[in-house]
Amino acid sequence: MKPAVFTGEHYITGDVACAEGAIAAGCKFFGAYPITPATEIAEHMAERLPDVGGTFIQMEDEIAAIASILGAAWTGAKSMTATSGPGFSLMMENLGLGVCTETPCVIVNVQRTGPSTGLPTQTGQGDMMQARWGSHGDYELIALAPSSPQDCFYQTIRAFNLSEKYRVPVLIMADEIVGHMSEKVVIPDASKIKLVDRPKPTGRKDRFKLYEPGPNGVAPMPSIGDGYNIHVTGLTHDERGYPAMTVEAQEEMMTRIKGKIQNNLDDIIETESYRMEDADIVIVSYGISVRTGLAAVDQARALGYKAGLLRLVTVWPFPEAMIREIAGRVKGFVTVEINLGQIHYEVERCAGGKAKALLVGSAGGKIIHPDKVLECIQKEFSL
Amino acid sequence: MAFWRTPLDAQEIQVTRGTVCIIDDRCKGCGYCIAFCPKDILQFSDKFNRKGYHPPTVTKPGECVNCHYCEIICPEFAIYSVETDSAAASK
Amino acid sequence: MTSNPKKLAKQPEHPLDDLIRTERIPHIWCPGCGIGTVFSSCLSAIKATEIPYNKFTMVSGIGCSARGAGYIKLDSFHTTHGRAIPFASGIKMANPELKVIVFSGDGDLFAIGGNHFIHAARRNMDLTVICVNNLTYGMTGGQCAATTPNKAKSTTTPLGNPDAPFNLPLLAYAAGASYVARWTILQTRDLTTAINEAIVRKGFSFIEVLSPCPINYGRRNKEKPLDTLKLYQDRTIIKNGANPALADIDFDKGVVIGKFIDIDRSTCDDRYAELHRPCSDD
Repeated sequence: MKPAVFTGEHYITGDVACAEGAIAAGCKFFGAYPITPATEIAEHMAERLPDVGGTFIQMEDEIAAIASILGAAWTGAKSMTATSGPGFSLMMENLGLGVCTETPCVIVNVQRTGPSTGLPTQTGQGDMMQARWGSHGDYELIALAPSSPQDCFYQTIRAFNLSEKYRVPVLIMADEIVGHMSEKVVIPDASKIKLVDRPKPTGRKDRFKLYEPGPNGVAPMPSIGDGYNIHVTGLTHDERGYPAMTVEAQEEMMTRIKGKIQNNLDDIIETESYRMEDADIVIVSYGISVRTGLAAVDQARALGYKAGLLRLVTVWPFPEAMIREIAGRVKGFVTVEINLGQIHYEVERCAGGKAKALLVGSAGGKIIHPDKVLECIQKEFSL
Repeated sequence: MAFWRTPLDAQEIQVTRGTVCIIDDRCKGCGYCIAFCPKDILQFSDKFNRKGYHPPTVTKPGECVNCHYCEIICPEFAIYSVETDSAAASK
Repeated sequence: MTSNPKKLAKQPEHPLDDLIRTERIPHIWCPGCGIGTVFSSCLSAIKATEIPYNKFTMVSGIGCSARGAGYIKLDSFHTTHGRAIPFASGIKMANPELKVIVFSGDGDLFAIGGNHFIHAARRNMDLTVICVNNLTYGMTGGQCAATTPNKAKSTTTPLGNPDAPFNLPLLAYAAGASYVARWTILQTRDLTTAINEAIVRKGFSFIEVLSPCPINYGRRNKEKPLDTLKLYQDRTIIKNGANPALADIDFDKGVVIGKFIDIDRSTCDDRYAELHRPCSDD
């Protein structure tokens, strides 16, 4: 057997780094359907999973892919799928099933440009709101946005850890450039990688309730065959997991599903700052657009603007409190994203009129040039 | 059971006897057990169960042959039969 | 009205109670609906295998039949509409030790879930798929299904169904299923035997069970529940090994039932293990 962790320095794409991250995180099941620009993740998983005793299956469509990983997750296996926009759209219903049944799994969306088939081989960040609200009904989940191949490796491990800890589907919202770009990726020694496993039930089987929350709001999760005789349903259910068609049961279930995320924001939300100490103009970005932001900060600083960068590593749940706090002490925000305004509106909402909220977006296809950000800063802010 | 021709060993064959047990409150009154009982020993009772259906009742208690057909055709897990202890049956 | 029953001192135990979530009984199925019979037959078949119960799991989609998963006292999954088979495939491939039973209806498995069905059959995924075919969408109130007979009335075909229905055994066989059978709820013993065989053997096993939907199908097509069962008794022909191509459902001509196909073919998980899991001695 080959090792799960290929310790060393590699020159690999973000897609491959993501797959290696999954293997390092203990992923044992991967179900997917080919789609540009996420296919390389499936290809690499097909090759690597047997090395670690895992299983790869190519399903007949993306609906089947996500259904298969949800099923596999209940056998105790850490599971993942990878797709892009059109496949992500197909996955939406079962994403809701994953949230409702509190099934840990990781879904990678290597974003391309939409709508519809769009520009299949070119980058985009237009699925950010779909990631948050794409499945019907109200819910809460976690979405991370890696901005480099190295980051793909780390964020995939983090995605597995968060999904196991909070029993929730975690989305990795990568994009075509991050996925296809080759860079140096340093894979640490296996002992340096901290892994989290789902809480398992202990105690009497006859008194076990599938959704009775533990201390952090998350219920322990048995696997198929453990003898707990669980019933898992996408219908509104009570703590036993049984369908319960009442307003009270719905409220109790939603409180738990939202609460376990909302009450643990400090643990889930991760951001990074660059030259933010004295900044009064904050560039907000995530994914590949972070590179645009970094260059723009330096160029704006050279012109005398006090610019800084706030990188959203966790995009959902949105770091509302942080943006609100920053809004009180800066002139404005410039959100850089490869769409025509999605996270921008979240920033605007949280800025609450206390600071300007501007968008430097694009219809998609390529990374945004830092000059566009600079133009915006020069036009909207005085020195 | 009616035979067209009586089997030669008819005297030697021991017919098992059964007792029908009915869980009244599970019944929804579809009547399948009544219609398909090979010994025709069931019929709707006059009483109502908790849900307002008429559960079946055994009209000829001694004639059940414990074939279990009522048990396996019942969609409600509401009826089953158990073998009657032959000693008890002969009393 | 005579007298309402007094509360029973002790609830008598049904022989299958150990496999039922009795606190959820009575189930939601209508009076005269055959799903309960198929479900009961499935439980008897599980019992008869004598395999430990924690080796089983039941997966269902959406619809009346799919509610079965909620009544079995085993690890069970009530998933999204049409997606029971890929969900079950994930379970099977992640843990090939498990006996995975898909219990769902014709609308779920063959309309919205048709694509998953043919692919699982093609792969010979080691699943036991039980399809309760009541010729309609029961849960939504009796709409036309992919199995509704031509000219039959439904809420969405008030003047009669213009389309032809699927021949499910033929579809399963053509897609690669290694075990194909069809019974009605009346041949309960044969049905139980078939489900038992399907669970014990390896491979993609498909069992279609004709079952009455008196409320939403029968009512619109002048069939009382006992009329439907009478059809099952008088207008079916048991013919094991029959050609599935001749198994169209037409009660005027007679409906062929029985075990149609039973062939040995390596399964998806076996082949995956063979190709990807070298012996530990190597």
